[in-house]
Amino acid sequence: MNGWTGRPAPGGPGAGERGTGGPDGLGEDYLDGNALAGPLSEVFLIDMTSARGRCDSCGAVSAIAEARLYVNAPAMVLRCPSCSGVLLRVRRDGGQAVLDLRGFSYLTIDLG
Amino acid sequence: MGIISSGFQGRRNRDDPGLPPGQHRAEDFPVLSAGPTPRIARADWEFRIVTETGTSRHWDWAAFLALPQEDITADIHCVTSWSKLGTHWRGVALDTLFDQIETTARFSLVHSYGGYTTNVPLADLLGGKAWIVHQFNGADLPSEHGGPARLLVPHLYFWKSAKWVRGLELTGEEIPGFWETNGYHAHGDPWREERYG
Amino acid sequence: MSSAWHIVDVVAVQEETATARTIGLRFPLPVRSLPGQHLDLRLTAPDGYQAVRSYSVASASPPDTLEITVEELPDGEVSPYLVRKLAVGDQLEVRGPVGGWFVWRPEDASPVQLIAGGSGVVPLMAMVRAHDQARHPAPFRLLYSVRDPESVYYRQELESLAGSSSGLAVDYVYTRRAPAGRPVGRLDARILASSVFGPEADPAVFICGATGFVETVSGWLVDSGYPPERIKTERYGGMGGTG
Repeated sequence: MNGWTGRPAPGGPGAGERGTGGPDGLGEDYLDGNALAGPLSEVFLIDMTSARGRCDSCGAVSAIAEARLYVNAPAMVLRCPSCSGVLLRVRRDGGQAVLDLRGFSYLTIDLG
Repeated sequence: MGIISSGFQGRRNRDDPGLPPGQHRAEDFPVLSAGPTPRIARADWEFRIVTETGTSRHWDWAAFLALPQEDITADIHCVTSWSKLGTHWRGVALDTLFDQIETTARFSLVHSYGGYTTNVPLADLLGGKAWIVHQFNGADLPSEHGGPARLLVPHLYFWKSAKWVRGLELTGEEIPGFWETNGYHAHGDPWREERYG
Repeated sequence: MSSAWHIVDVVAVQEETATARTIGLRFPLPVRSLPGQHLDLRLTAPDGYQAVRSYSVASASPPDTLEITVEELPDGEVSPYLVRKLAVGDQLEVRGPVGGWFVWRPEDASPVQLIAGGSGVVPLMAMVRAHDQARHPAPFRLLYSVRDPESVYYRQELESLAGSSSGLAVDYVYTRRAPAGRPVGRLDARILASSVFGPEADPAVFICGATGFVETVSGWLVDSGYPPERIKTERYGGMGGTG
């Protein structure tokens, strides 16, 4: 956009939550992507947290289980552990799941 | 459907007649966290308005504090269903910031440090409806609540009140922001339950 | 993998420590879990407010019962209810078991190094129990960092397994207060190196605890030559503090 110099990594409305993360209680409040196993199990037949994905922002490859999950938000937001770019967003809207996977260039899924 | 756990209250109180539908009252001030918290020093802070023609105005921290300050008491409503009543803020009305802006734009895209964005119609920012605030309950706004400064648009769901605000981009057409591209409502009026688009 | 929400019966509660409790949950159908998986619990208050939290499975009692162990967080929203109020005969909504990453798979014959910080021992105990029940030949080693002797979960069972021919060795690090004759202090890189399988044994490593513990310990291991892909970590924490 015009007028802004440099666009930092995508961020969101958020902050540390007391009691988690850093010793001052203001550390970053995120979970492992492992905690997405339940929500994603309602959408996919196989466990997706073992899938490895390439971050479309920085190119780093990690398992969904290893990425950082922010849950105190209007939707769950999964972020790249290397650049903190948004990888995935998922939320429930009544009987629907709304899933945004734009942050991945691709996902590699072990079919066993 | 589901199992009611009669001894389970959560951290909130029961429904309240003064609240929009589906909202619960929060006594503490929940911190929402969709990403890392940007730590912006006041010396580095800047707020900028860029119009649809590309002209811009900006204020550094001292210039921002030199503008007329207002004290605001407002109820705030988060789309995750908590509300907080009678919150006290101090900051500068968007009307004041727009005094020297020439624009015919109808929409704004709000930009934050850290990359967060949200779209708000200008009609919801002007006319005494929105402020850039830097104090909460008489103290400097802590970074987890959006300090040094955040947008405050209390009549809309709180995701519109962008933390760590750094500027407004005025546009003729509506550009969806971070949550709006995830299916959240472009406007977000809690009294009309405008949660999802 | 089960993906729907089930209504389960609370069939047992047992105090593990002054602030932790093990809860037995009976499913309506036979349930299978892999050691390391977790359950999502959904609580609904009388006014309709819901909270969802994840808890690691501690043990499985086939065919239909799983146990979780819950530590009460002083400022928590769900754990005080589970530890103080929930009673046998109550029902809960549960999704899972889920998770395929932080899981021990018995088809892997490698030695297994488990490293627990506090209540992070729960999913590792599921692996210890599965290893014992399968009479699995892989050597297991658990390094358990805990505040004081009273905060140890599953103490008697760990002592008995470590004293048997099950192939489990257990080392404790006491960070605040130790039994007589044992040192007190935080885990450091030197203690770590002397308490775990060396990198030449190529162990599968599972670390579970608070974020700082997990990141520090996994960093020491990588610095000591353990391949990152052999180290799996899980940070504990509820799913959301405020919803």
